[in-house]
Amino acid sequence: MLRRAVLQTFRQGLAQSFFKRNAVSLSETTVTHQPIETSDEADEKSVSKQKPGDESGNTVVVAPPEFRFMYPEFLPDPAMERRNRLKEKLERIDMLQRRSVVEIPEFYTGSVMAVTVADANSPNKFARFVGICIQRGGSGLRAWFILRNVVDKQGVEILYEMYCPLIQKIEVLRLERRLDESLLYLRDALPEYSTFPLDMEPERRLNNSVVPINPLKVKLRPRPWLERWERQNLQGVEDLNLPQRFYDKAEKVAKPWEKYDLMLQYRKTIPAEEQEKIFADVHSQLQQQEFKRKIRRRRGTD
Amino acid sequence: MTFQMQNLARILQFSVPFSRSFHQCQPLNQIQLLTRLRVVDNSTIGKEAMLEGRPPKCIHVYNKTGIGTIGDKVLVAIKGQKKKAVIVGVKQKQAPLVPKFDSNNIVLIEDNGTPIGTRIHVPVPSILRKILKERSVAKQIDFTKLLSIATKFV
Repeated sequence: MLRRAVLQTFRQGLAQSFFKRNAVSLSETTVTHQPIETSDEADEKSVSKQKPGDESGNTVVVAPPEFRFMYPEFLPDPAMERRNRLKEKLERIDMLQRRSVVEIPEFYTGSVMAVTVADANSPNKFARFVGICIQRGGSGLRAWFILRNVVDKQGVEILYEMYCPLIQKIEVLRLERRLDESLLYLRDALPEYSTFPLDMEPERRLNNSVVPINPLKVKLRPRPWLERWERQNLQGVEDLNLPQRFYDKAEKVAKPWEKYDLMLQYRKTIPAEEQEKIFADVHSQLQQQEFKRKIRRRRGTD
Repeated sequence: MTFQMQNLARILQFSVPFSRSFHQCQPLNQIQLLTRLRVVDNSTIGKEAMLEGRPPKCIHVYNKTGIGTIGDKVLVAIKGQKKKAVIVGVKQKQAPLVPKFDSNNIVLIEDNGTPIGTRIHVPVPSILRKILKERSVAKQIDFTKLLSIATKFV
């Protein structure tokens, strides 16, 4: 029953799940320090927080369910051949260590970000690039994201590894999500959709607001395209206006049964129990870091 | 091939499973022989070639492998002439922190390595500065002059 509830949340997908980012009281409300005896509040959230079998009677710390969206790189690659618990544990320690030095903020595909990198060859030793995150992937220390921008009418994309020691600063100028998980179609869209000023200021957001989903529908340039967008069920593009034969062929090659394939879903994700363990491992440190940063920001010493 | 197979299926009166797909990999977007390139400096010959819709084609890559990347010298056929050029931006997927562009950009140079144009109007990868330190003489490309005509680095 727990598994079904969890699988349901997986299947709903990111676009449908709204969650709060309660920046003010991260240390109080979202973390539930529960003794084993009283776990009635756990049923509110989709993932149950009951932890049977802890005989020592210690409080069991469980991370809020939003963590799997805010920090997806802590989850390892689900492919069974490449799982190694020890390696993952060591990686998590290194990731937290790096996060204590550099702030790696929460971001999603569709957020506009600015990355400052140490560049030995440039006159001022840093290089700053602003762009929209069109894709993110990887797990552990290899987690990456791609920023895209159109500079002087030339489209430029740069891949950044989040934990690269050369990265000095990652700022999120506009935190928002789009209707799709990957915005690679921006390469075939009109350039205005990928253009962001290089001197863009960070946009201020209300503290308790949800991460907004930008329902923008992008216009694509006329064909030829880099991929067959009509076959990919994109939500964030305007009507493609293609001749009917494209849609017929798309239907022929489509695999509509995949959305019912439970084993496929299982192999693509980390089981909920493991996710809980992983995030329980890291979340107290993450929260401490967040707290310290907030204090520093309030004092103005950032 | 498929028409013959469909005929065969009709003759033999049973369904022949045939696949019409070739194995495909992701496009590599490499700059090699006969790749069409985009001139991004303000040389007259480059501007005319791009305006009339006949972009220069690569006819030789000065490289051990025939694949050109950022900083390599190529020989291009442009407006009926052969000219040397330096690649300053590629569509190919690059290493982390190296920018990837939406078009394959070149800057035309003379035989002694000096660029023909006086300004590059698109951003140029700053990895060219690193290449300048290492390989300028060996490739006979005057990277200092090239970087001096660049307006923006990415």
